[in-house]
Amino acid sequence: MTELDLLYTDIEDDLRNVVRAVLAAHCDPGAVTALYDGDRSLVASLWKSVAVDLGLAGLLIPEDRGGAGASAREAAVVLEELGRFVAPVPFLTSAVVATTLLLGTDGPLLGQLAAGERTAALVTPFSTCAHGTFPTVSLGPDGLTGSITSVAGALEADVLMVPAEGPDGVAVYAVPADRAEITPVISLDMTRQLADITFDAVAGEQVVLHGESAVRRALEAGTALLASEQYGVARWCLDETVGYLKERRQFGRVVGGFQAIKHRLADLYTAVESANAAARYAAATLAADDADATVAAAVAQAFCGDLAVLAGEEAVQLHGGMGMTWEHPAHLYLKRAKADQIAFGTGGAHRSRLAELVDIPGPR
Amino acid sequence: MTVDELRRTIEEFLAAHDPATTERLEFLRARYDAGLAWVYFPPGHGGLGLSPARQLEVDRAFAAAGAPDNNPEGNGIGLGMAAPTILAYGTDEQKRRFLRPLWTGEEIWCQLFSEPGAGSDLANVSTRAVRDGEDWIVDGQKVWTSGAHLAQFAILLARTDTGVPKHRGMTYFLCDMTDAGVEVRPLRQITGEAEFNEVFLTGVRIPDAQRLGGEGEGWRVANTTLNTERVAIGGRASDRESGIVGVVTETWRAHPDRRTAELHDRLLRLWVDAEVGRITGMRLRQKLAQGRPGPEGAAMKLTFARVAQQLSGLELEILGEEGLRYSDWTMVRPDRVDFNARDAGYRYLRAKGNSIEGGTSEILRNIVAERILGLPPESRADKDRPWNEVAR
Ligand SMILES: Cc1cc2nc3c(=O)[nH]c(=O)nc-3n(C[C@H](O)[C@H](O)[C@H](O)COP(=O)(O)OP(=O)(O)OC[C@H]3O[C@@H](n4cnc5c(N)ncnc54)[C@H](O)[C@@H]3O)c2cc1C
Repeated sequence: MTELDLLYTDIEDDLRNVVRAVLAAHCDPGAVTALYDGDRSLVASLWKSVAVDLGLAGLLIPEDRGGAGASAREAAVVLEELGRFVAPVPFLTSAVVATTLLLGTDGPLLGQLAAGERTAALVTPFSTCAHGTFPTVSLGPDGLTGSITSVAGALEADVLMVPAEGPDGVAVYAVPADRAEITPVISLDMTRQLADITFDAVAGEQVVLHGESAVRRALEAGTALLASEQYGVARWCLDETVGYLKERRQFGRVVGGFQAIKHRLADLYTAVESANAAARYAAATLAADDADATVAAAVAQAFCGDLAVLAGEEAVQLHGGMGMTWEHPAHLYLKRAKADQIAFGTGGAHRSRLAELVDIPGPR
Repeated sequence: MTVDELRRTIEEFLAAHDPATTERLEFLRARYDAGLAWVYFPPGHGGLGLSPARQLEVDRAFAAAGAPDNNPEGNGIGLGMAAPTILAYGTDEQKRRFLRPLWTGEEIWCQLFSEPGAGSDLANVSTRAVRDGEDWIVDGQKVWTSGAHLAQFAILLARTDTGVPKHRGMTYFLCDMTDAGVEVRPLRQITGEAEFNEVFLTGVRIPDAQRLGGEGEGWRVANTTLNTERVAIGGRASDRESGIVGVVTETWRAHPDRRTAELHDRLLRLWVDAEVGRITGMRLRQKLAQGRPGPEGAAMKLTFARVAQQLSGLELEILGEEGLRYSDWTMVRPDRVDFNARDAGYRYLRAKGNSIEGGTSEILRNIVAERILGLPPESRADKDRPWNEVAR
């Protein structure tokens, strides 16, 4: 057995450069900050650039269905860059989670997602763990009824993937977004604003019959690839903080020359590099459909979620008063990191999962 | 070479040298000659010129066939530090002379770097080497020399010019430890054993043919050693749950009565850290396959030391009453450091050395901060002054 390649291929490097250039041109930190004041004008235009102009909406969709036929490895590279810019686009929720859910289905929806004509969201709370319970709406004679709270990607979606409990267990229904009552939530991370969603006897089209395993698979892809976004967030925090402390002077010298600071940054660098490896491994096992993918995803989430928060906290602290200001983007990253730590389950949830997967049983 | 080709090469080798019937040393020598020792070394020097990432496959295949190993725990400095440095800086003659008996374990190596006045500040060594015709005459004292009592050869850093700033006046030698001028005295350590030593060098004669790299180039050569040392310590190729994490996890499995929620959480956190460390090592080796080791190994070693220390401390707590006991305080001079084969108390105490040997964690953080992150260097009073003009 050869080892999975954890480095970046030339194609992946090219992809990164293209994504980075587009984000540098169209994802201004000022416009991202404006999301917190209710100005969401950046979202639609940026998503069009990413989804349609770059064609990334269809990255994970096979070529014969209109997509790019790429793998989780490339999606991970995109997510690293989206994390680096705290970009407010529904790539993770639509192009990874909803797309994974739909990969085995027929029908035109997948092709529409591939083309970026439509955008989808899975209707589960963003904090749902792939291996935990998740709430569903109920299926009655006159349609779907129920409420799901704190859903990510719904505000950007025009079609909702709704897990519903029917007589034969959980099935997933596609519901046009305008049939649901979608209430935006004031979110800790406004760069990925959540919504509460209510369905009141609405009609939907059944897209997945055996919904439970499909939903879990989709969430697991999200779990594995979120680690790459977290790495991107952490990398920005490290790079930005190192850059700042090379310039900032106090006591007549550059602050970054104080050993107490150097050692903290060295430790942060070490952890960020480790997060990079863990996230690459999770993406590589997912791409290869490797038997270790489940463990790899749990390890990556247990590590990268906490690490990104640490990086965000260090960035704020080491920028001093500047780090507490609204003008400086550090807070955008801290908020994204903290929300991402809870998304798809906290580190603790993933460690509990690992306890089962690798046989480290707890006390009875 | 594809996976299948490599597998076939190994199979053919094993068919021709049945591990069950071939004499151990003969087997190891043949394995070296077949290029299956360090597969990432060049052909003719124990390897096949493959990437370091392939080594684990080879080691696994040989282990599965029940082949004898080359006692890696007994020759860590030779395998991890001397060999890569000889490969990088040695003449053809030096490679031919030293690499094969090093790999087979016929010749054990130690490292004569640290001195009482030169630990973290390694470039401050004062052991002198003075040219005498075709030889060098070496005088000085080394300290904390692991395995010096077992070694036939040593890598040695000595001062050959006192009139230039410290980094420029050192030269690197391969020293014969059986020379009459070498005296090795045991130095007892925290575990009760004497794993390391003091070494006194008095008029030791080293032929110039055993100089590694140019005169005055010792610091550059030593840095290759130190960088590979950190990778060797921190980034070893391994399977999941190998090393201390495996031992502690097995302890956990074997003691259901000792389980609490708090210990469980700590174990799981460290298990994840160890696993991420393993994956990071895998990735680092893939990077290194494209070039020489750089300062990244320092980061690996930092993680390795922290995780090993925390895990070995946790293990004693899991064991509770049993963790209060120790196997043996008798002063012995061990012939290998094998954490896994020892008891928990030993592991806890020996792991304290992981953040000191091969560069302290403080020094490694300086290296990461300065050489990777580009932060300003520590102030160095002796930087541009000739070594013999600096007060010490
Ligand atoms: C188990 C073991 C085996 C060893 N084996 C060998 C061997 O085989 N061969 C060999 O040559 N050596 C060996 N060593 C020696 C080892 O390399 C040195 O101990 C190490 O480099 C530290 O040097 P020192 O002990 O002189 O500590 P010092 O340099 O005196 O350091 C004392 C303390 O100060 C800190 N410190 C020093 N400088 C700085 C700085 N600039 N910034 C911040 N903190 C600083 C250190 O981190 C440490 O905490 C071994 C050591 C151990 C523990």
